[in-house]
Amino acid sequence: MSGENIFTGMVEEHDGDERWAFGTGFTEALAGVDTALPEGVDGGELAQYCQMLGDDALVQAQRLSQWVTDAPELEEEVALANIALDLIGQARLLLARAGQADGTGRDEDAFAYRREAAQFRNVRLAAAPRGDFARAIVTLLALSSWRLALMSRLSRSRDPVLAAIAAKAVNELTYHREYAVSWALRLGDGTEYSRERTAAAVAQVWPDTGELFATHPVEARLAELGVGVDPGPLRAEVHDVLVQVLTAATLDAPAAFPESVLAGRSGDHGPELAPLLQEMQEVARAHPEATW
Amino acid sequence: MVSTLTERDRARGAAAAVTDPELPMLTLQDLGILREVRIEQDGTVAVWITPTYSGCPALAEMRADVDRAVRAAGFERVEVRTALSPAWSSDWITERGRRKLSEYGISPPGQAPERPSGPVPLTLLPTRAVPRCPLCGSDGTEELSRFGATSCKSLHRCRSCLEPFEHVKEI
Repeated sequence: MSGENIFTGMVEEHDGDERWAFGTGFTEALAGVDTALPEGVDGGELAQYCQMLGDDALVQAQRLSQWVTDAPELEEEVALANIALDLIGQARLLLARAGQADGTGRDEDAFAYRREAAQFRNVRLAAAPRGDFARAIVTLLALSSWRLALMSRLSRSRDPVLAAIAAKAVNELTYHREYAVSWALRLGDGTEYSRERTAAAVAQVWPDTGELFATHPVEARLAELGVGVDPGPLRAEVHDVLVQVLTAATLDAPAAFPESVLAGRSGDHGPELAPLLQEMQEVARAHPEATW
Repeated sequence: MVSTLTERDRARGAAAAVTDPELPMLTLQDLGILREVRIEQDGTVAVWITPTYSGCPALAEMRADVDRAVRAAGFERVEVRTALSPAWSSDWITERGRRKLSEYGISPPGQAPERPSGPVPLTLLPTRAVPRCPLCGSDGTEELSRFGATSCKSLHRCRSCLEPFEHVKEI
C-alpha cells in the first residue's frame, strides 16, 4: 500500500520491533541472565548494594551530561558524553539487578525515574555541583580512580552477576581515569592560570572524598559474605593514585582524605541532588506510560 | 526429517548474518558478540549475545534484529539473551571483520591491553600504539580524540594524506 505522505510508513502496522523511532521494545538490561541469588545472601541487602553503586553511576552520568553543548571543545563534549553513556550502562545493569534481587520486579526506569532524592543512595561527590571544567576533571579523576579500585575487587564477587558487571566496568573505568589523568596533567602543568583553577578545583572536590571510603553497614555485611566490597580499605590505594597524578601535574596533593562520614549513602544529600533529578526525571514523570 | 544440528546451524546462520546498526559493514559474527545459539527442548531458539560496552545503545536494536532474523528463517519461538561474562574484547573481532573495517576506512583495533588480576596500574603517559591510516597506509597518524561518534571508536588524523579517520579502540 502506498502511503499518503512520508510519515505514513512510520506509523502504519509493523511487526512491532521495527519501529525504532518508538523504541525497540527490548528494554531489560539483564534479559536472559541467570539472576539466582548466591547462597546466604539477603535479596533486600543485595538490592540496596546494587542501588548504591547504580545510583553513583547514574547521578554522575547525569552531571557529566550537562557538559554537552557546554564544554571548551566539541571533542571534550563527545568524551564526557561517552563516559556518561558507559556509566548509564553500568547503572542500568545494577538497577535492574536491584529490582530482581529485592523481589519487587521493579525495572531500571522505576529506580531512575520514580524515586525522590531522599531515596537515592549515591555518594555526594557524584552529584557535586558541575563547576568549571577543571572541577569536572578533578571530580572525574577522584570518582573514576575510586570506582576502578572498587570494581576491580568486585569483579571477584561471589555473585556472578555483580562480578560480570564489574569486570566490564573495569575496562571502561580504566580509560575514564586515563582521560581524567591526561587533562589533569595538561591543566595542572599548563599555564599559571590553568594551574590556579585546577588547584582551586582540588580544594573544592577534596572535602567530599571522605565519604568514598565510609563503610555502610550493608557494604560491610556483603563484603564479609564475599559479595560486596568494603570501600574503607581502598583509601591508601586511591590516595596513592591521586598523589601520583597531582604531583605529576605540579599540584599539591592533600596529605590524606578527610574523615569518612556516610552522607549520600544513607540518603542525606546536599541541595544539588533534587534539581539534578528533576531535570533527569521531568519527561518520564510527565509521560508515565511512555516507552523508550 | 531435518536433524537438530542442521536446524541449529540454520538458526545460527540467521543470527550471525545480522549486522551492527552502527557498523553496518560488520555482522554480529564479525564483531564477536554472538556467543551461542541453541535449540531448546521445546523448540525455542536461544541466542546469547554480549554487549560491547555497558552502555552500548545498539544492543537493544541488535536483539530486536536477531529476533526478527531468526523468526524470518522459520523459527517461531526465539529468545535473545544477554551474556555478561566474559566481558567483550575487541580481540574477538574476526579477521574478516578487521578486513571489512579497513575497506570502509575504519582502522581496526590492535591487540587489547592485558587485563590485570589486581589493581589496574596507573599510566601517566599515553601507551597506545599509533594506528596505521586505513586510507593511505601511513604510520604517521595522530589521535584527535580518544572518544568518537560511538563508544567503540576514537578519532585520528593522518599526517601524510591529511584525512581524518576512525579507529576501533582496543578494549
